[in-house]
Amino acid sequence: MKKLICVLFVLITLLTTGCSKKNENVSTDGSTSMSKVIGMLSEGFLEETGVTVDYNATGSSSGIQAVIEGRSEIGLSSRSLKDSEKQQGLKEIVVAYDGIAVIVNNENTVEDLDMETLAKIFTGEITNWSQLGGDDSDIVLIGREAGSGTRDGFESITSTTDKCLYKQELLSTGDVITAVSSNPNAIGYASLASVKDTVKALKINGVVASEATILDKTYLLQRPFVYAVKENVELSENAQKFIDYTFSDKGKELMVAAGVVPAN
Amino acid sequence: MKKNKIVENIAYIVFLIFGMLTIACVLLITVYLIVSGIPAIKEIGLINFLFGKKWASTAQEPSFGILPFILTSVYGTAAATVLAVPVGLLSSIYISRYANKKVRSVIESFINMLASIPSVVVGLIGMVVLVPTVAKVFRLSDGATLASAIVVLTIMILPNVIKVSVTSLDAVKKEYEDGSIALGATKEETIIKVTIPKAKSGIASAIVLAIGRAIGEAMAVVMVSGNVANMPTLFDSVRFLTTAISSEMSYASVGSLQRNALFSIALVLYVFIMLINAFLNIFLKKGQEN
Repeated sequence: MKKLICVLFVLITLLTTGCSKKNENVSTDGSTSMSKVIGMLSEGFLEETGVTVDYNATGSSSGIQAVIEGRSEIGLSSRSLKDSEKQQGLKEIVVAYDGIAVIVNNENTVEDLDMETLAKIFTGEITNWSQLGGDDSDIVLIGREAGSGTRDGFESITSTTDKCLYKQELLSTGDVITAVSSNPNAIGYASLASVKDTVKALKINGVVASEATILDKTYLLQRPFVYAVKENVELSENAQKFIDYTFSDKGKELMVAAGVVPAN
Repeated sequence: MKKNKIVENIAYIVFLIFGMLTIACVLLITVYLIVSGIPAIKEIGLINFLFGKKWASTAQEPSFGILPFILTSVYGTAAATVLAVPVGLLSSIYISRYANKKVRSVIESFINMLASIPSVVVGLIGMVVLVPTVAKVFRLSDGATLASAIVVLTIMILPNVIKVSVTSLDAVKKEYEDGSIALGATKEETIIKVTIPKAKSGIASAIVLAIGRAIGEAMAVVMVSGNVANMPTLFDSVRFLTTAISSEMSYASVGSLQRNALFSIALVLYVFIMLINAFLNIFLKKGQEN
């Protein structure tokens, strides 16, 4: 019997030791819109230092939450931190600016919208493309799910928070682009970095969405990409290195390649 | 002698532990769901939660009514089952009674392939092919509707219906059919009046299994249903119980009412599936008695 207990004890210890491995990776958590930027940065960082950057693509709010709870060191947010979040001991480091592109199907003849019209479209005041000089067909609004950084960014910039009458609420940027590309009546929004020629990005107030117009702030639909970190807690060595790397020339180069405009 | 006994005991305990593993998982999930699902229901009120028509979890004045999700799941599942069962049954009769060995093995391997396509792939194809088609056929501005979700669900549960029905049709003893044919009935009459009634408990469990699969599906339907929390109508965008959880879980902060309400939705879904399982057990028991 004693022997049996011994064997069991050994078995249990063997089973549980796997869990306590020391983790020296940099842990990041947050915005799905930032996946491309973080992907390229972490690849470059791995090459240069040999340190892996873990990226948990959950969403801005949830990434910030992860930092507050200490589950992650760097929160990735595609919006500025709210006051309530700063009060919980966080500070933000603006890394880059991302343009939100308003996208329509390639068959759509509309080219340019102003912010006011855009808000009217998304709140259901304007419901037909003919009101905008397009074909006579209903406008189909395609957006992201509640909590998405892109949705929050779009709705707060256009002041349509909680008022948008979506026909579809999809779970990723890629889904939105696919849905818009397969429906000639659709209009949606997506990170400029992810927009390819499968859909058409509209001008806003006559300004084309591009790096230059985002940086000189004439393109209005833009938002910051932010690292959220704890204010009074020193970061781990690797996390600090990663932040320094982000602002290095190499890091900026990678961000440009990822389609966003690096902050200074 | 003594050594053998010890080895036997150890082996017994090891097997016991692994045998109990499944039970432990089920108990763990059940207890966790109940414990984390109850608080939000208490706070919102059971009636308001189950029969509230408005879901706006992140609004300034949030509202947590899941009736749209419940009805969507029930309608979607029911419609998919109604579509899949006749098709599945007829195709299983063909496989079991008409097809020759070669044809049968070809059809069966295709059915297995259909069953093993990951739901995200089905969803993706649904999004790119089915949704625009539905929009065109029914002259809608957008095809991401309950109707598209029903089609996707039907395709996904069809293999389950066919496979289980075929097994139960195969199990009907040849003597019964021979008797019927000897009495002058045609092959079709025999199948309808003898074979199917004999296999009915197996067919019933095929249906229940299909319902269970349909109600639990999330990934494929989220991509074709539009995912907006409307009260369900056939040609409008809808959100299912499963997708209500998956769309918001990653954003809901720990301890918030939103997150707790998502656990409550999970509890409701769990109760649904437990009821379906209970039905399945009843059918299977009846089948054994026969």
